[in-house]
Amino acid sequence: MQLLSVSGCGRRLELGSGWNGPGLADNLEKILAQISSTGKESGPLTFSENGLDRHDALVASSILEIIRAAQAQGLEVQFETLPDSIRKLIGLALAVPPREPESHQRDNLFTVIGKKSLRILQGSRHFFEFAGELTYSFGRLVRGKARFRREDFWLTLQSCGVGALPIVALISILVGVILGFVGAVQLRKFGATIYMIDLVGLAVARELGCIMAGIIMSGRTGAAFAAQIGSMNVNQEVDALETLGISPMEFLVLPRALSMILMMPLLTLFADALGFFGGFIVALPMGISPGEFWYQLTESLSLQHISIGILKSFFFGIIVASAGCYYGLRSGRSSSAVGEAATKAVVAGITWIIVLDAAFAFVLEAMGW
Amino acid sequence: MENEHIEVRDLTMAYGDFVLMRDLNFTIRKGEVFIIMGGSGCGKSTLMRHLIGLKDPAAGDIYYNGESFISASADQRELMLRRFGVMYQSGALWSSLTLAENVGLPLVQFSSFSKRQIRSIVSYKLSIVGLAGFEEFYPAEISGGMAKRAGVARALALDPEVLYLDEPSAGLDPLSARRLDDTILELRNSLGMTIVVVTHELESIFQIGDNSVFLDVDTRTQAATGNPRELRDSCPDEKIRNFLSRGELGAGKPPE
Ligand SMILES: Nc1ncnc2c1ncn2[C@@H]1O[C@H](COP(=O)(O)OP(=O)(O)O)[C@@H](O)[C@H]1O
Ligand SMILES: [Mg+2]
Repeated sequence: MQLLSVSGCGRRLELGSGWNGPGLADNLEKILAQISSTGKESGPLTFSENGLDRHDALVASSILEIIRAAQAQGLEVQFETLPDSIRKLIGLALAVPPREPESHQRDNLFTVIGKKSLRILQGSRHFFEFAGELTYSFGRLVRGKARFRREDFWLTLQSCGVGALPIVALISILVGVILGFVGAVQLRKFGATIYMIDLVGLAVARELGCIMAGIIMSGRTGAAFAAQIGSMNVNQEVDALETLGISPMEFLVLPRALSMILMMPLLTLFADALGFFGGFIVALPMGISPGEFWYQLTESLSLQHISIGILKSFFFGIIVASAGCYYGLRSGRSSSAVGEAATKAVVAGITWIIVLDAAFAFVLEAMGW
Repeated sequence: MENEHIEVRDLTMAYGDFVLMRDLNFTIRKGEVFIIMGGSGCGKSTLMRHLIGLKDPAAGDIYYNGESFISASADQRELMLRRFGVMYQSGALWSSLTLAENVGLPLVQFSSFSKRQIRSIVSYKLSIVGLAGFEEFYPAEISGGMAKRAGVARALALDPEVLYLDEPSAGLDPLSARRLDDTILELRNSLGMTIVVVTHELESIFQIGDNSVFLDVDTRTQAATGNPRELRDSCPDEKIRNFLSRGELGAGKPPE
């Protein structure tokens, strides 16, 4: 069917039954192609209605495209020839000229690398700013000037403390059991089963207690911080705080960081104790009596080992809270950006916990602790 | 009557024990613009949530073309829902999708159009609400009024039989609000859509409203139904005449 015909006074578009048929898309491309090869001199674009009863969205949208193409070509369009049912809506659609899309220039490889490095540099600058501001708010806290709601602080304290006990307990006991079991099986070959207690004790006290607590808190609470603050960012709640002259750093970040720093050492102690208990569960069937277990544990462990774990947990707490709050505050303004922020907070939290732990291992080794 | 589209019968709305409105009775005819009005917080949005099935009534029933909406089976209900287009009070655009994807999602899910055709329809719908060329913008990158208009475009995506608009012109500049009113009238005139609008912009109530219901927060029920211009001029209830004319004095001289 010929939809676009040349008549005496220019181009004429037949709006017929073919428009509702499945062939519409093909026809549309053909018509657009014809129009784009038409010059001004061929006269105005007119429409003639031929069996188009009730139009659907596709008809209207196609006509709109055709008219836009014709206008781009400089053709005059005779709107009054459009069927009544479409004319006014098309008029509304054309009333506001389309916004010009910004021209996107393609970057070459060097620009891409350059932009990327700049972004990384800027990212680390942002992070140092964040760290600086956080330190400064701690200073204000010490001087009693920080502004935040005490209720928020108690609530986060509860969720990072008591709320985390069950999961920390479960993981710590299981890690103690696994470690004890693996150790016992190996050491039994040398008749030194009893030394599994040293293994469990040292490993849990120095490394695993605080790392487990840190990783659990990163996944549990760090992600929650990022999601809470991120969604506040989406709703402009953070902006609302800032315009009131309330620093989000003090109001949102400080209570969270403080609870984390206070609770991580306690959680680590708790994880240590339950890790030992896990080892104890394995030791009993290996023929080690409770008395022997206790003696060997206190013999192998000194306060120094425990306090190394506690010291590290303090830093892990700072890492988890900062990662959560930092990515939350910097999150984009959409639901998927909030999810991304939570993911980044967890990944960064765990990564930095492990990196810092390795650094501690080197330093402590060098110091002979 | 033949052209009754939506009927609300003895509807009581409640949140738990808190009864918001009771004994609502009104009829919305096919192809009319129906206004739900009333003071802020009286339950207009809640009434809309009942009409579109987001909330079940405490008592009463709602009929679409004579079929009960409340006691419809899940399948029937889904079919009925498919014929609604809804713009929520806050816009409720999906924030991680571009405007084109927001408007196109219902088409992708429920129609058999090709990608090319969907692109064409989406840009037509966005053009109708004056957002041509904003296809690739994310909701966070446009203003609140633009988000409302994009919400209208999304509500129009499936060419609904009933269009629900919750305070469409709140937060729009006068020109855009006027344009939106024109669009609403045009959708009614050329497509015969039934359009239910929650609003208290008096100017647009009088310009577009064929019929209305007035919810009274004090008596917790509907105070009047009828054509808003007639209500303003001859409603026996003084409260309603007040509501409908007080703003008018501020907006300009009341036409006789
Ligand atoms: N989820 C809810 N639970 C309890 N009460 C609600 C809920 N949503 C709204 N309300 C109450 O219902 C009333 C009407 O709300 P709404 O329908 O949003 O009013 P409006 O007429 O301004 O649109 C308000 O008093 C509000 O407090
Ligand atoms: Mg409302």
